[in-house]
Amino acid sequence: MSGAEERAASAKGRLAPAGVRTAATLDVSAIRREFPILHQQVNGHPLVYLDNAATTQKPRAVLEALQSFYSLDNANIHRGVHELSQRATEAYEQAREKARGFLNARSTSEVLFVRGTTEAINLVAHSLGAARVTAGDEILLTGMEHHSNIVPWQMLCERTGARIRVVPVDAKGELALDDVERLLSPRTRLLSVVHLSNSLGTINPVKEIIALAHRRGVPVLLDGAQASARIPLDVQALDCDFYALSGHKLYGPTGIGVLFGKAEILESLPPFLGGGDMISSVTFEKTLYNKLPNRFEAGTPNVAGAVGLGAAIDFVRGIGVEAIAAHEDELLEQATQAVARIDGLRVVGTARRKAGILSFVMEGIHPHDIGTILDQRGVAIRAGHHCTQPLMESLGLVATARASFAVYNTSAEVQALVEGLADVRRVFA
Amino acid sequence: MADLRELYQEVILDHSRKPRNFRTLPEPARRADGFNPLCGDKITVFVRLEQDQVREIGFLGSGCAISTASASMMTEKLKGKTAQDALRLFEEFHDLVTGKAVTPAAGEDLGKLKVFSGVCEFPIRVKCATLAWHALKAALSGGAGQVSTE
Repeated sequence: MSGAEERAASAKGRLAPAGVRTAATLDVSAIRREFPILHQQVNGHPLVYLDNAATTQKPRAVLEALQSFYSLDNANIHRGVHELSQRATEAYEQAREKARGFLNARSTSEVLFVRGTTEAINLVAHSLGAARVTAGDEILLTGMEHHSNIVPWQMLCERTGARIRVVPVDAKGELALDDVERLLSPRTRLLSVVHLSNSLGTINPVKEIIALAHRRGVPVLLDGAQASARIPLDVQALDCDFYALSGHKLYGPTGIGVLFGKAEILESLPPFLGGGDMISSVTFEKTLYNKLPNRFEAGTPNVAGAVGLGAAIDFVRGIGVEAIAAHEDELLEQATQAVARIDGLRVVGTARRKAGILSFVMEGIHPHDIGTILDQRGVAIRAGHHCTQPLMESLGLVATARASFAVYNTSAEVQALVEGLADVRRVFA
Repeated sequence: MADLRELYQEVILDHSRKPRNFRTLPEPARRADGFNPLCGDKITVFVRLEQDQVREIGFLGSGCAISTASASMMTEKLKGKTAQDALRLFEEFHDLVTGKAVTPAAGEDLGKLKVFSGVCEFPIRVKCATLAWHALKAALSGGAGQVSTE
């Protein structure tokens, strides 16, 4: 059985449900019981949390892993001879192994712990930039990138005299492979692209993009902040050179994330941050750097965060990313159909392949006002530019309202969103 | 919903749909851009002083109902006022939308602008209500460029 089949089978086995069933066979009420934060009133209404693209809520297993680590095992890692330090080191390295399995990386030496997707991209921009980028070189991005996949490259360009080129986004929110091919040049040093757009919900054809880039010898970084909880990952099958993700968008804690990098590339790059743990010996004349992955993990890392992320990965794999995706697809479909019936509402991002995210605008009503009115009904959405100002500008928008789904959302919550939007219409009638 | 009606009062909705003085002023009028990084909203305020009095004032930009109505009503309020009056009104308006005590004298000063008192129940929207005022203050103090609500 492949990893994917295994996960799907285990999802069916473990969560063969009693209670609320969806076609994805998730027992959503049982899942909701695992998330303490969901059971509260906001502004006199049950909380309907639809801001999952910003951050997901955390299941009990993650909260307990954090509590238990600090209550029982906390110590610094990789140096103590004492029992607690060994336990902490083991817990940290176990979490790395879980992340490796989740990404299907070949080895844990390819799995670096970082603060999140932003730090992961900064690390690559810094280290790969220092090793391989000079004046006149190009970094290829797309028009739907998050600021965190734009600004580090701009900073690199300022340092080196390289320049950014941008694959355009069409009106539906899709990239054209022809454009990718056209913009890959002999000067392209890296292509960095979002796997699943946080503003549009577009799933990009990353496998095809990677193949195109590799044909020209260009390495590819995937920004997986939104994809990691919604698309089954296999970095070997994708053949991506780097994959970046954030724990907090994967039901894990904030301040911890993962950068996968192919060992042969990481080996060739200089370190990002200098400090303890990333060295094998230091004198004032010469420092020898540690081996992978420690060479890229200077200082005491977020050990508890890594342990929490490990618990989050167990939680997600216990259900199965396929099952989560199928559940979110249903909610997205239901929401897309329902909002289409609202007068003057337009969905932003109508790509053929989408997941988990519904962006929209309402004629004559600013997204901020939509957000405030929904909040009064306990419905939490995001309103704004979603840290994708260049994309918004290319679509002729300042902002959108965005509802984004997670494993614990229900059809009734989609209904609450739709009723809230009818309220928005009434206030502005 | 009671709080919502406080926030989105009819006069606010009216100004947001049909903003007054929604226009640019030619040089040598002063101008400044107000930017709310939270939502990306931008409002540009234009003001022409004559002997320290606001002779003409206008604004352009796109924003939410609160920021648009606030800009619109600010321009109506400030015509004929001195720069000093305008800055005092900003202070009083800021107190109003942040829920601080407003003296009866200040209340009288603010007049119609008191419809924004509901904003204090929505702290995240204070920046929307004050965006145009921040830009105005920058324009009056002579700085062009851009001010941010952050």
